Amino acid sequence: MMLANDTYLEMYRRMLRIRVFDERAAKMVKHGEIPGTVHTSIGQEAQVVGACMALGPEDYMTGNHRSHGHPIGKGAALGPLMAELMGKAWGICEGKGGSMHLADFKVGSLGESGIVGSSIPIATGAALSAKILKTGRVSLAFFGDGAANQGCLYEAMNMASIWKLPIVFLCENNQYALSTPSYTVTAGRIAERATGFDMPGLRIEDGQDVLQVYDAVSTAVKHARNGNGPTLIEVMTYRFNEHSEGLRIGNDYRNKDERESWLKRDPIEIFTRYLMTSGIAKESDILDMKKQINEEVEEARKFADESPMPDPSIAFKDLYTEPSGVSL
Amino acid sequence: MTMMSYLGAIGAAQREALENDPRVIIIGEDVQANVYGTMGGGKSRAEKGDFLQIFGPERIRNTPISEEIIVGAAAGAAMTGLRPIVDLSYSSFLYMAMDQFVNQVAKNRYMFGGQASLPVVFRSAMFFGLSTGAHHSDRPYPMFMNTPGLKIMVPSTPSDAKGLLRQAIDMDDPVLSFETCMLWGLKEEVNESEYRIPFGKARIIREGKDVTVVGISTGVHIALQAAQQLEVENISIEVIDPRTLVPLDYEAILNSVARTGRLVIIDPANRTCSAAAEISAMICEIAFDCLKAPIIRVTTPDMQIPFSPAIEKQLYPDVDKAIAAIKKVLK
Repeated sequence: MMLANDTYLEMYRRMLRIRVFDERAAKMVKHGEIPGTVHTSIGQEAQVVGACMALGPEDYMTGNHRSHGHPIGKGAALGPLMAELMGKAWGICEGKGGSMHLADFKVGSLGESGIVGSSIPIATGAALSAKILKTGRVSLAFFGDGAANQGCLYEAMNMASIWKLPIVFLCENNQYALSTPSYTVTAGRIAERATGFDMPGLRIEDGQDVLQVYDAVSTAVKHARNGNGPTLIEVMTYRFNEHSEGLRIGNDYRNKDERESWLKRDPIEIFTRYLMTSGIAKESDILDMKKQINEEVEEARKFADESPMPDPSIAFKDLYTEPSGVSL
Repeated sequence: MTMMSYLGAIGAAQREALENDPRVIIIGEDVQANVYGTMGGGKSRAEKGDFLQIFGPERIRNTPISEEIIVGAAAGAAMTGLRPIVDLSYSSFLYMAMDQFVNQVAKNRYMFGGQASLPVVFRSAMFFGLSTGAHHSDRPYPMFMNTPGLKIMVPSTPSDAKGLLRQAIDMDDPVLSFETCMLWGLKEEVNESEYRIPFGKARIIREGKDVTVVGISTGVHIALQAAQQLEVENISIEVIDPRTLVPLDYEAILNSVARTGRLVIIDPANRTCSAAAEISAMICEIAFDCLKAPIIRVTTPDMQIPFSPAIEKQLYPDVDKAIAAIKKVLK
């Protein structure tokens, strides 16, 4: 698929944004500047951005606990995301969601989820409203190989298939559910489960290549938008960091050779080489973009720093559309 | 005014909403065939037409038996512009979708800082007292009272069912409607034009001065019968129907207890952490000084529901138990 140069460059910027944002967030957890923990998408940027860029700005998306990459990939502003991670008032969820429950409805991000698989039905419902209201929108559900063993996925796939809902089920197979190797708990291939639900299913073996992901998801999005229903896409990828920052269980559960071979396949390095060899970007362009993204993340950090902490009264707001009357 | 059954009134409210707003849809198991009374009673359906014929299969959707996706998809659809009415048939089936209820439906507005609205109604019927056995007889509303973010209605009359359901469909918050199957056939004159009953406003059905009796769902009818029987003994009972459990009209109950000094709560739910337990705790905390006697809860004991009609009905609140409780608080 040939794309405009600007599209390639925007993909690159979004991948860099995720990398730099998550590296910064990981440091901030270490320094106690972010309460709780974060789950970084470092190593999975190609798969996240390839999928998000295949969607339009009006399209819907839900995610999971590995949660910053999805809204960033969908085009969310970084400042309110960073402020949310720090539990600040200017956070995108006013400090009530935190890292695992980011959502930015302005860019179609309907919410990440701390419960594995739990947001898949929400994405399915968004596809149902798109179909009934004839908005032409498509929905995409991100979930991991762990969530591939949750029953709600199959309830969702069945419903989406019988109703021909405009949705893409995107399995980010980073091969481990926390410490548990996917092959030890998952029968067969995830992508092949699509067959049982009468929908296209495919596996992208190299999810470190953003263009492969973009092509496959674009095809699925077109299929959905044309009224042909859902697609299941399994993308093979690898997380470079721990399951969550500060989780000190070492890396014994991941084979050293396996880990090293994946670390060599850094999606950002792969795409950098592509942009340069294809003449889309010169080295100086790459350096400029990296500088620009570093500054963006710095700005986001500054925005978050400057934000006040939420007023205690905020804890009692927004349970319902009207005040609940509940207080301490 | 028109004579309507409880179930017919539910059908009437849904029809009103479907006609008024194209964003309203009905989804659930067997809704196209009206198996669980989605469109009201059988007679009203025959007279007034079939929802499937009137509104079409795009808006009247039969689902697979997959409660988790039914509930979750309705939530996602509500977050993106639809106003679904979900028919979950039996209340005991709600547990299949517990994650979606608790982690998505109840939390999404709050957790996302008010970005989401969830205008969705989840209807279900409690089939207790009808020999449907342990898997179909639960009265599970207290579990959901413990989940902030959900609103809960427990209509006890056809008029309330119509007005509360219409209000629920029009609200932008998720509502669980717990309807009692035993009340389906109950008939009364109902205003056939549009009206809405606000949530959080109890109805004082009968005024009295000696004992306040709060009834939940079927408990309302038990309270009224007890009140009638005790009238001949010159015992004056005030009967209150909270109509909605979330929000709960504490004020109406407090005001009544302040006058009577005595409270009995009739609630068909299991005793522990029942709606009755919550109301009782609240009155003890706020109005202990008004009480002339300990509060009595008339509930179902903490027991599973057996099948045999010979042993089922003894478990639920009934008029005899209500009268015994009322007499006890008057001692």
